Amino acid sequence: MILNKYRTEKDISACGLFGFINEDGKRQNGEIARKAMALMRERSNGLGGGFAAYGIYPEYDDLYAFHVMYDDEKSKERTEEFLSKNFIIGKDEKMPHRHVNAIKTHPLLWRYFLKVKEHKQDLAEIEEKDFVVKTVMQVNSVLEGAYIFSSGKNMGIFKAVGYPEDVADFFKIEDYHGYIWTAHGRFPTNTPGWWGGAHPFGLLNWSVVHNGEISSYGANKRYLEMFGYKCTLMTDTEVVAYLADLLMRKHQISIEKACSVLAPRFWKDIEGMSEKEKKEHTLLRQYYGSAMLNGPFAVLIANEKNLIGVNDRIKLRPLVAARRKSTLYIASEESAILEVCEKPDKVWHPKAGIPTIGTLKDK
Amino acid sequence: MNDFKTNANWTASVISDIKKQAETGGMLLTGMGNPSPYPNYWDRILLDASQVTNPSIDPLREPMELRTFLGRKSSKLEKETYPQLELSTPIMFSAMSYGSISLNTCKSLAMAATDSGIYWNTGEGGLHKDLYKYANRAIVQVASGRFGVHEEYLRAGAAIEIKVGQGAKPGIGGHLPGEKVSKEISETRMIPEGTDAISPAPHHDIYSIEDLRQLIYALKEATDYEKPVIVKIAAVHNSAAIASGMVRAGADIIALDGFRGGTGATPMIVRNHTGIPIELALASVDQRLRDEGIRNDASVVVAGGFRSSADIIKAIALGADSVYIASSALIAVGCTMCQKCYTGKCAWGITTQDPELVKRINPEIAKKRLNNLIRAWSLEIKEVLGSMGINAVESLRGNKERLRGIGLNETELKILGIKHAGE
Repeated sequence: MILNKYRTEKDISACGLFGFINEDGKRQNGEIARKAMALMRERSNGLGGGFAAYGIYPEYDDLYAFHVMYDDEKSKERTEEFLSKNFIIGKDEKMPHRHVNAIKTHPLLWRYFLKVKEHKQDLAEIEEKDFVVKTVMQVNSVLEGAYIFSSGKNMGIFKAVGYPEDVADFFKIEDYHGYIWTAHGRFPTNTPGWWGGAHPFGLLNWSVVHNGEISSYGANKRYLEMFGYKCTLMTDTEVVAYLADLLMRKHQISIEKACSVLAPRFWKDIEGMSEKEKKEHTLLRQYYGSAMLNGPFAVLIANEKNLIGVNDRIKLRPLVAARRKSTLYIASEESAILEVCEKPDKVWHPKAGIPTIGTLKDK
Repeated sequence: MNDFKTNANWTASVISDIKKQAETGGMLLTGMGNPSPYPNYWDRILLDASQVTNPSIDPLREPMELRTFLGRKSSKLEKETYPQLELSTPIMFSAMSYGSISLNTCKSLAMAATDSGIYWNTGEGGLHKDLYKYANRAIVQVASGRFGVHEEYLRAGAAIEIKVGQGAKPGIGGHLPGEKVSKEISETRMIPEGTDAISPAPHHDIYSIEDLRQLIYALKEATDYEKPVIVKIAAVHNSAAIASGMVRAGADIIALDGFRGGTGATPMIVRNHTGIPIELALASVDQRLRDEGIRNDASVVVAGGFRSSADIIKAIALGADSVYIASSALIAVGCTMCQKCYTGKCAWGITTQDPELVKRINPEIAKKRLNNLIRAWSLEIKEVLGSMGINAVESLRGNKERLRGIGLNETELKILGIKHAGE
């Protein structure tokens, strides 16, 4: 916080992003992400912070890990009754957290490790993951006071209203060890600062942290609704998570192509491509025009294998990348990377609309 | 007209219409679109703009994309796409037949569509031999009279449009009086010179949705599935259900024509009282197709009295892929909305076949004016996209978040699917 001579706060903030992937699979605790975010404290305003980490639940890696926030005991009972109809609950527990001065109140936070029950006849056709998506959508849109904010396997999302470093302390993220971490500090403008509205947003193994505003939200939301995704979280970022799921999981499109859907090449650039590329990009724009993200954004998308950083088509929000050996870092500011990696081999500024991708090496 | 005493019910036009009918015993005929003061929803919708959190974009400095594709797309990426129309800007010239308008006017529209990278539409007038060179920018129409329809015609066009209905005269056929059927028109329409060209009210081979499907596929077969097939209907009360059926019957593009859409001739009773505003029809059709998960299966083109680029921007945000314009295109080349098209004596040489009057349209000049109009409106659309912080038209399509209603009641807002200003 910068105080002027009248000791009033000067507004110079925006959202801050940080993420890294150890492509060799080495797991590290949340301290790195916490430290990087603390350096970018100026980019958030205390109304939301969060972390996503991959590889944190190896002992339960075949079970879906649901992180859920409840308004009260009643919504918890209702949700558990609903979940137990179709899931075997392998383990459920209060999410570990400690008291932090900066976080005065919090919802009930519960964690479940789940398996889909042997399908009854009527569920047999639905692919298991689609069924999990449907369950998450149902709980979040229909069951009052309950919000599933993490639903992948061997990964988890931790988020709250607060500065990122307070959120890290609250959830004891130093106890979790992951090979991919993403983190976010929020400066909400269009939507209220509520726990569910903090980033990352997740669905299955996808997690998204986002700095920006999606001016095409109305078009994206109505497009996603046709595929059964319900946008209920009062924020534009959730469409990025659902688009990632639709494009890369359901439609099996490569990461590069999916990023070209989110931030399409300009027609003037497509004109100059080889015939093959021209056709590919034209097809993507013809099919997925309604999935294009318009407006200023820098976004980190992660799943169990990849960390993807991508900007809007004219790079209206900052994104910097660096590499040291098998670790790829992507952040809003170079300083955040240097804070946790003193001597990177290479630092660069990804071009508008061109994704930066780190991928876990096959063992 | 001013001779009558002022009366809110028995207006001058009511009185003179009654007198006219008492003399002739006939229906009242008229031209162009519904002029009555029904609510115009475009005028009650406001646009959003970016401030602070999402920067607006300056179209002078950054690319701003209007390129639009019309046609069927499946919902999942495939290696090829169905045939598409490629437009440089989401505007096309709506159907006007050679016969209802003069050949010079047809030429002007065809040349302007070619220059501007958009499409013109033959209406049910066939394709005059001089216009074949503009056929790759033509949508060739198949209407209930089948005038001028033959294999070469179908293969020449960029797309084929089955016209079921027209906004200015839903449920009504067409009538080109014999005195207008000159030698050239008779050759183009393939009917004897001097005979009335009467298009039946329905297609007599379409009495059901399955019949429509047969015609759609007959046309696709005839053109080797190389051209998108458009089905055009007038916006009526149950347009949404009909549109869904049309898409399922195989239409690649559906065209909706609202009750302010123009015509060369129509019974006044129908023009002034039948159909619904395109704004409401568009919103309900778009939503219905989305609810059924088939919105990607067809593009939606809307017509019916688009007066400005603002109307077009609002239509795209309400869910349209493109608009059709005709009245405004004719105004660009001279029309003054006198509504006397049906007399065949258009002083501007537009809706007439009188050689002396037709000479008044110079296709080169008219073409330039049409190109100017398309250019001017495209510039305005880009300017507004930039003000919204959007740099491609596809991000505006169906983006109702960027619209607000003003002075609309809850039912109207619900049908349009937009919030009220201030919300």
